[in-house]
Amino acid sequence: MLYREAGDFKTTYRSDQQTFPIKSERWLFWAFIAFAFLVVPFFINDYWNKAVFMPLLIYCMAALGLNILVGYAGQVSLGTGGFMAVGAFACYKLMTAFPWMDMFTVTVLSGVVTAGVGILFGLPSLRIKGFYLAVATLAAQFFLVWMFNKFPWFYNYSASGQITAPERTIFGVAVTGANTTPWATYVFGLVLVFVFAWVARNLTRGRIGRSWMAIRDMDIAAEIIGVSPLQAKLSAFAVSSFYIGMAGSMLFANYLGAAEVTEAFGIDKSFLVLFMVIIGGLGSILGSFLGAAFLVLLPVLLKNIMVDQFGWATDLAAHVQIMLIGGLIIFFLIAEPHGLAQLWRLTKEKLRLWPFPY
Amino acid sequence: MKLKKFAIAGAIAAALSASVSVVPASAELVFPSLSYRTGPYAPNGIPFADGYSDYFTLINERDGGVGGVKISNPECETGYNTEKGVECYESTKGEGSGALIYQPLSTGITYQLIPKVTADGIPLHSMAYGRTSAMNGKVFNWVFNYPANYWDGATIAVQHAKDMSGGDLNGKTIALVYHNSAYGKEPIRTLEEKAKSEGFKLTLIPVDHPGQEQKSQWLQIRRERPDFVFMWGWGVMNAVAIQEAANIRYPMDHFIGIWWSGAEQDVLPAGDGANGYKSLNFTYVGKDKPVFADIQKYVVDAGKAAGDGSNIGTVQYNRGMYAAMLAVEAARKAQEMSGTMDINAAQMRDGMENLNVDAARLEELGMAGFGPAVSVSCANHGGSGEALVQQWDAGAKQWKAITEFMPADRELVTRLAMEDSEAFAKENNITPRECK
Repeated sequence: MLYREAGDFKTTYRSDQQTFPIKSERWLFWAFIAFAFLVVPFFINDYWNKAVFMPLLIYCMAALGLNILVGYAGQVSLGTGGFMAVGAFACYKLMTAFPWMDMFTVTVLSGVVTAGVGILFGLPSLRIKGFYLAVATLAAQFFLVWMFNKFPWFYNYSASGQITAPERTIFGVAVTGANTTPWATYVFGLVLVFVFAWVARNLTRGRIGRSWMAIRDMDIAAEIIGVSPLQAKLSAFAVSSFYIGMAGSMLFANYLGAAEVTEAFGIDKSFLVLFMVIIGGLGSILGSFLGAAFLVLLPVLLKNIMVDQFGWATDLAAHVQIMLIGGLIIFFLIAEPHGLAQLWRLTKEKLRLWPFPY
Repeated sequence: MKLKKFAIAGAIAAALSASVSVVPASAELVFPSLSYRTGPYAPNGIPFADGYSDYFTLINERDGGVGGVKISNPECETGYNTEKGVECYESTKGEGSGALIYQPLSTGITYQLIPKVTADGIPLHSMAYGRTSAMNGKVFNWVFNYPANYWDGATIAVQHAKDMSGGDLNGKTIALVYHNSAYGKEPIRTLEEKAKSEGFKLTLIPVDHPGQEQKSQWLQIRRERPDFVFMWGWGVMNAVAIQEAANIRYPMDHFIGIWWSGAEQDVLPAGDGANGYKSLNFTYVGKDKPVFADIQKYVVDAGKAAGDGSNIGTVQYNRGMYAAMLAVEAARKAQEMSGTMDINAAQMRDGMENLNVDAARLEELGMAGFGPAVSVSCANHGGSGEALVQQWDAGAKQWKAITEFMPADRELVTRLAMEDSEAFAKENNITPRECK
């Protein structure tokens, strides 16, 4: 009734192939975007920004990146934390070496640096796959964290090994440092995520995305029909690392403000982002967002309910939360192994027939 | 459909919880506790949080609060994790009439919060942890680290080693086993300076978070046999290191930990092997003070204790109490100075800056000799920098103080802290304020 394609005529190939083919879905999408851009910035406060929106945007970015690699190109990676660290340290070095540079440039350049490192650590993927590749990327994770802790050049020889983001502005508005306003960092993150999600969506529909999926589905067949594994795999590593590097840069500069490589970019980050991608849905842009939202928002929600509403002890709440989230992950994976994105797809199928299913 | 309903229910619950948690502002002193009762650092985090909270409960129950104003102590679980620390800070800073003081018990979270509290105007007290150069009150207006800091600790440990070797460290070797993080790296600068002036050789042995695996580090110590081993460890790392030291039969009385590496939880797992292990300390161990009778009566027996009561009198519990006592005394001072009972964060800061807890005041509080006398000033946010050395007696399962409170090499510490804080000020465009 509400959600159907009847009467929505497509007269060009272009409109036939658009991302949201159904009118009400398009409306929903634009309403959502308008809400995010035009309503939230006026009502956001420190708490919502720091506890909800910034982590959500950052992990959406990271999950998008990892989904390109794992979901679209089929290359398992456990190096996400390490690549995020590359982004963060690149960001720090750029911020301190070129104080005049604006934050958009810094963040994108951090992504570019990470893309380079990603290609380097993607080289083993040309020879090995599956579990063996996962182990090779795991090595990247440990090597990168060790390197950033070992060589003082990366943290500008500070005594503690901490990197701290100095204040940087965009159009005169501070987006890093202590004196930022919640709306500024939020809009900064939102613009980046919006633009690059758009790019990711269109990359995955085009030639490059198809070559990634061909490699994922059967690499030998792909090679026979003319897809170059070298180009496809390395471009997947590059693009994926680019996104993850930007996420790391935002995590450090816009969200945390100070970071310590072993603590902020450990192996648990790699697993967290991988879980987001798996729970959200492999090979789905929407899935990256849903997975990130699930693992970022649910703990905050549970904590608010258990500690603030029920007045439970904080340790009890923390333990219950770990169990509940673990349980929910298992539940969702049994109920729908293809992730939350697939659940949404099924919901849409049912909605089309509602209220007269056959 | 189901999922959608679920999502809507979730959104409503989120909105509800956000709206209800806004408590109407009432006259109370908000001292949030960023604690960690889960994760690899919980063995040390739990007793500290219990002590911190129980002392506030005691003040509320026995004295009816500070100057008649009750203390509220909202707790938030950080898990020693900086991201959760940020969330906890943001969620508690607006609680009630606004948070008055933060004590995160984590050097990483402290580094994270220094710029934030400075922008928000809330005092941060990193009691003997955090950024050492915060002792320079001219640069760090809102940050305090009295009564002692890591660099003080490093010089005291060196002094103790020197006393043990007959007053000369020339040609000796000292290995530093440290948590490979901002916390563990803090003393390196000072120890390097000391190595130059005292003529000992310093070996750095990092242990990565969380520190459950230290075989290779202790193999290196076994091979090199340094004359002394210093440790900057926390959480499970402490217990593992002491066990490993016992395994390689390292002479325990030459193994000296910082004050965060010397609690019962750290030595008990190693059993008799831990006998003779030393650590620095700046708080009293035991429960033979009048204040503990009150805690028993008003808090534990009344069923209001934060923990199960088994930690009372242990190192970390007492240290949590000491931290809470310093906060309460600062609030008292702030009330006295501002002439109002309902103080705000800026008045709290002034109270901390003029805090003076001497031996007589400790005696009045029923805590005679509980810690060093603390006196804070505008320029010196770092207190006196004294600590003592304690030794573990595995037979009696007790820590015994083997020295009096020893002064740190404040000349060196102050010089290094000035260098560091001035560099910080320059980096962040802070003009150091004048102190009268």
